[in-house]
Amino acid sequence: MGSEILFFFEVVVGGLLAGTMYSLVALGFVLIYKASATFNFAQGAMVFFAVLSFVGFMELGLPFFLAFIVTIGLMVIVGLSTERLVIRPLMNQSEDTLLMATIGLGYVLEGLAQAAWGVEVRRLDLGIPDFPIMFIADAIGIFISALDLTAGAVAAFMVISLAVLFTQTKIGLGLRAVADDPGAASSIGIPLKHIMLLVWSAAGVVALVAGCLWGARAGVQFALVDLALKALPVLIIGGFSSIPGAIVGGLIIGSTEKVLEVYIGPFFGGAIEGWAPYVLAVFFLLKRPEGLFGEKIIRRV
Amino acid sequence: MSTSIKTYSKSDYINFSVLMVLGFLVIPMTVNSDYWFTSILIPWLCLALATIGQQVIMGYTGQLALGAAGFMAAGAFACFNLILRVDGLPFFGALAISGLIAAAIGIVFGLPSLRIRGIYLMVATLASQFFIIWVIDKFGWFKNYDSSGIITAQDIVIFGRPYTSPVDMYLVILVVVTVMTVLAINMARGSTGRNWMAVRDMDVAAESMGVSLLKTKLQAFAISSFFCGVAGALFAFTYLKSLEPVAFDIKLSFKILFMCILGGLGTINGAFIGAGFILLFPVLLNYLGNNVFHGAIDATIISAMEQVVFGVLMIVFMIYEPLGMARLWENTKQRLFKKKDK
Repeated sequence: MGSEILFFFEVVVGGLLAGTMYSLVALGFVLIYKASATFNFAQGAMVFFAVLSFVGFMELGLPFFLAFIVTIGLMVIVGLSTERLVIRPLMNQSEDTLLMATIGLGYVLEGLAQAAWGVEVRRLDLGIPDFPIMFIADAIGIFISALDLTAGAVAAFMVISLAVLFTQTKIGLGLRAVADDPGAASSIGIPLKHIMLLVWSAAGVVALVAGCLWGARAGVQFALVDLALKALPVLIIGGFSSIPGAIVGGLIIGSTEKVLEVYIGPFFGGAIEGWAPYVLAVFFLLKRPEGLFGEKIIRRV
Repeated sequence: MSTSIKTYSKSDYINFSVLMVLGFLVIPMTVNSDYWFTSILIPWLCLALATIGQQVIMGYTGQLALGAAGFMAAGAFACFNLILRVDGLPFFGALAISGLIAAAIGIVFGLPSLRIRGIYLMVATLASQFFIIWVIDKFGWFKNYDSSGIITAQDIVIFGRPYTSPVDMYLVILVVVTVMTVLAINMARGSTGRNWMAVRDMDVAAESMGVSLLKTKLQAFAISSFFCGVAGALFAFTYLKSLEPVAFDIKLSFKILFMCILGGLGTINGAFIGAGFILLFPVLLNYLGNNVFHGAIDATIISAMEQVVFGVLMIVFMIYEPLGMARLWENTKQRLFKKKDK
C-alpha cells in the first residue's frame, strides 16, 4: 500500500473512533427521547457535570472506583430530581416547551458543577494512554490511539446492552410503550414514574462514561459542553429514536469531519471541524428529515 | 390582547410619549455617570434590539432558532467593512445595508426551516452560527487583514459630527431602536404578524388557509436577521468598540435566547424586559458579592450561581408562566388598575 492511502486510512480510522465518543453523548440523548419523547438538551451539561464531580470526588481523596460509584449515585439523584421537578410538571406540554426547559436544566447543571468544583481545567487519568498502540502501528502501519480504541469498545458494549434492554426485557417494552403514548401506557398499569426515573438515571450513567472518555482526551473543562453539542448533528443523521443510529451517526460525523479537516481544511486555514458536522446534518435533513434509522414523522392537523 | 389590533388606543400614544420623553430628555439630563451609559443603557438597548429579532423568529413565527449572535456578527463586520471601504457612506446608510446583508444570509440559513422544525431547525441554525463566525475568522478580508485579532471600530460620524461620548452614542442607539421597535410593533400587529402567528400555532392549518409557508417563514428569517444584524453593528460600534468574532460566540446566542424566553415569547416589550433582566441580574449579584459579602465569595462562584438562577428561572417560567415576564407585568398591571379599565 502506498503511504498516501495508508495515511487516508489512518485519518478515517481515527475519525471513526473519535466519532464513537460523540455517539456516547448521543446515546444518553436517545435513551431519554425513546422513553419520554423529550429532547434533552441538557445531556451535554450532564456529561460535564458528571465528569467534573467524578474528578472532584477523586480530588477529595476517594479512590477511583468509589468515586465512580458515588458519582453514579449523584447522577441518579440528578435524574430523580429532574424527573420530579422538571419533567413531571411539564408532562403534557409541547415538545418545544420541554426542550426549552431542558436548556434551562443544562444551565443549572453547568452552574452547579462550576460552583461546587471550580472552573479550572483538570486532568483526568484513566490509566489508558492517548498514544498510538505500537504493535498495531508496526503490523499494518496505521497509528491508532489506545484511548480511541477503548472508547470504541465501551461504546459498542453500551449499545449492545442498551439494545438488549430495550428489545429483550420487560422494562424495555414498558419504556417503548411510554414513549409511544404515556397516557395509554399508564392506564394499563406501567409505572410511569419508575420508568422515567430509570431512564434519567441511565442517561446519567451514560453521561458519566462519556464524560470520562472525553475528559481523558480533552481535559475536564467547560469546553466539554460545546463538544457535546456535536451530539446533535449525530442524532440528526442517525435519527433521534434509534440506538444504532446514534452509533452510525457518530461514525459518519467523526470520519467526515476528520477527512474534511485534513484534506480540505488547510486551504481555508483549518478549523472546519467547528461547523462541518452541522452543515452535514443540514444536508441530511433536507434529504431525510427523520434520519437514517428514525421513524418517519407524520404530522396531522 | 384582543383590545388593540392594528389600531392604537389612547393609552398607546400616552405610553409612547412618556417613554420618548424619558428616553430622549430625562435620562440624558439626569443620568450623569458614564458607567450607566456604557455598561447598562447601551448594551441593554443593543441586546433588546437583537432580542426583538429573536422574538420575530421564535416568539411570533415559532421557529426554534439559535443563531442570533451569528447574524449579529455578520451585521457588525458588514458595517465595519462598509464604512472602511465605501467613501462617504453615512453611518445610518451603512447600518441599514449591514442589516440587509444579515437579512440575505438569514434567508439562506432559513431555507431548511421550510422542511424541518423544532430541534432539527435548532441544529440547522447552529450551523449558521458556527459557519458565519468561522468565515469571518478565517478570511482576512473581513478583518481588513489585521493580524492582532481585535480591530478597533471606527467612530460614528453623522453629518460630519462625531458621536463618541457615551451620551451621544446612547442617543444614536435610541433613535435606531425607537424606529425599529415601532416598525416591529406595526409588523406584529398587522397582517405580517398575523401570518407569523398562524404559522406558529399550526403551520399545516395556516398553509391550508392560504398562508404561504415559504413566504412567511423566509420573511420572518429575513426580518429577524435584519434586526440582529443592526443590533450587532450597534453592539460592536458602541459597546464593544472593537470587532472580534469571539465576542459573538454561541454563548451570546444562548443569552439572547434566554432574554427572549424569560422576557416573554411573542411580545415586544418582553424583549426589553428580558434583556434588562439578563443584563442587570449579574450586576446586582456582583454588587451583592462586593458590598454585602465584601468579596468573600469567589467571582467564579458568583457567575456560576448566576447561571443556576437563569436556568432555574427558565424552568420555573416554563412550568408556571410560559409567556414570561411580560405576562407577569400585564397581570400585575391588570390587578392594580382593574377599576380604571372598567
